[in-house]
Amino acid sequence: MLKLARLFVIAAVAALAAPLANAQLVIEITRGQENAVPIAVVPFGWESANAAPFDVAQVVAADLERSGRFDPLDRKDMIDRPTAGNQIRFQDWRYLKSDFIVVGKLAPDGADRYSADFELFNVLNGERLAGQRITATTSSLRAMSHRIADIIFEKLTGVRGAFSTRIAFVSAEGTPPSQQYTLIVADSDGESQQKIASSSEPIMSPAWSPDGQSLAYVSFESKASAIYVQTLRTGERSRVSARAGINGAPTWSPDGSTLALTLSRKDGDVDVYTLKLSSQELKRMTFDPGIDTEPTWSADGRKLYFNSDRAGGPQIYEIDVAQPERATRVTFEGTYNARPRLSPDGKQLAVVCNDRGNFRIATVDLQSRAVRVLSNGRQDESPSFAPNGAMIIYATQDRGRGVLATVAVDGSFQQTLAASKGDVREPVWSPFPAGR
Amino acid sequence: MRVTQLMLIVMTGLALASCKSKAPLPDASNPPTEQSGAQTGTTTDRSVDQSGLDANQKLLEAAKQTGTIIYFEYDRAEIKPEFVAIVTAHAKYLNGNASNKVRLEGHSDERGSREYNIGLGERRAQAVRRALMLQGVTEAQITTVSYGEERPAVQGSDEAAYAKNRRVELVYGR
Repeated sequence: MLKLARLFVIAAVAALAAPLANAQLVIEITRGQENAVPIAVVPFGWESANAAPFDVAQVVAADLERSGRFDPLDRKDMIDRPTAGNQIRFQDWRYLKSDFIVVGKLAPDGADRYSADFELFNVLNGERLAGQRITATTSSLRAMSHRIADIIFEKLTGVRGAFSTRIAFVSAEGTPPSQQYTLIVADSDGESQQKIASSSEPIMSPAWSPDGQSLAYVSFESKASAIYVQTLRTGERSRVSARAGINGAPTWSPDGSTLALTLSRKDGDVDVYTLKLSSQELKRMTFDPGIDTEPTWSADGRKLYFNSDRAGGPQIYEIDVAQPERATRVTFEGTYNARPRLSPDGKQLAVVCNDRGNFRIATVDLQSRAVRVLSNGRQDESPSFAPNGAMIIYATQDRGRGVLATVAVDGSFQQTLAASKGDVREPVWSPFPAGR
Repeated sequence: MRVTQLMLIVMTGLALASCKSKAPLPDASNPPTEQSGAQTGTTTDRSVDQSGLDANQKLLEAAKQTGTIIYFEYDRAEIKPEFVAIVTAHAKYLNGNASNKVRLEGHSDERGSREYNIGLGERRAQAVRRALMLQGVTEAQITTVSYGEERPAVQGSDEAAYAKNRRVELVYGR
């Protein structure tokens, strides 16, 4: 079934700590997956006189669809609404050409508590593939639904689901010079937005700590760039670098102890440094008079990949953190390769490349050096891998507005997330939540 | 990079030489006759101060009139010959009083990645900083900041907008 140009719209309404007046991200699938697996996610049962507190199946189906791997059956095509395995008439669902079916029910489980029982079946042979009970409070019903989607996704693909993760991004509203910049964290589907920081001066380059508890980012609120680290739960914030010149491009070492960052100091030479957060110990990592910036760490924390124009245009290089004097060039194809980010398996870099005059997202295989251009915009930038490595989120422009987009790492599936107001950009995908 | 630095030194050197020969410092050419005539002979110190302030103010106005924005080519940070006069006029003002300070705000167009563009804006601000210092302005009088593509002067995604956005602004009192 072809889904090209098919619209799938979710209106997201802010719910949590700092609700935003403009908090709407509209999701539009712009490149459909032709061999997505058909699955039926039947609306969950709810045995009470009152209305059900939450539509679990709707969130599960939307998650699976956004992955690009699944094609959920439209509800209006469901001729039956089973809520447990023993109620499923498999031949009906075979007739509807669903390969898999998810059924379940939600029930009150004490004051402000609910439990969801769900089961996953193979429609072709009737085999029960998964079944579990999960509990939630009213405010965590959405998170519970993402968790169910994660379990189903992993069962059917062998890949850990990333629906319980979050994204951070920057929103800019108004026209220069009177713009309002806001750093926002949302669920990976754009829901449950929280305002993290806000300023009339630019905010940029958010970066998740490896434990997903903090963000480092750049703010110009003091009329010059400075790097801040903010704990999301408490809002507690510290300014970790406000040196003369540039304080930019922070990324966390895998152990969370150190930031890689870009400084230009007094002499204006733009170089990569590392900054140990506990001691403020600063180490210079690059020594070239050109622009060296946009560092990112290898998974073992021993190498840094970064962008340098030492050979003329921006290209990616790598250095050994313990012996940073010698840099090795990594990218050779094309005139512009910038803003590297390493895939979770460490095998490829996502970069911003110049593809025949357009800035686009590409992956570079570190072994074969093969380059694969994944996006098709003019101003695509800021790629960030989902923690399961299945997708890349990036920033692009749609009719002059900054929007976010995701693309499958094989390029097969693409969608945009546009704010209802203003520009959104610099998306960064969080790590997996702790506790597994 | 070495070649462009050399070019810059030659260019600003020439500008400095021409400014020295053609335009003597206003302090010398504009004796404070008006003030001394209007004042009733109280304290001479004050009238000198007053004239110093006025001369300083005039130099600032002259510098601002010459221009406060220097534009650059794509991915470049060399000051083009047509903007050397701006550097010279601002250097003259800054040299007039060591307590005069300027803030150099470097910018890029929106193309390419944001943090690399911060680097480009910084490189442009540094080019203007060096040009000012070659004309005698001291390090302590100059601060630089790069906004990269974050604060465009003009909205739009065409070459006309890009050309207006690749710039260094000389800002006072921010």
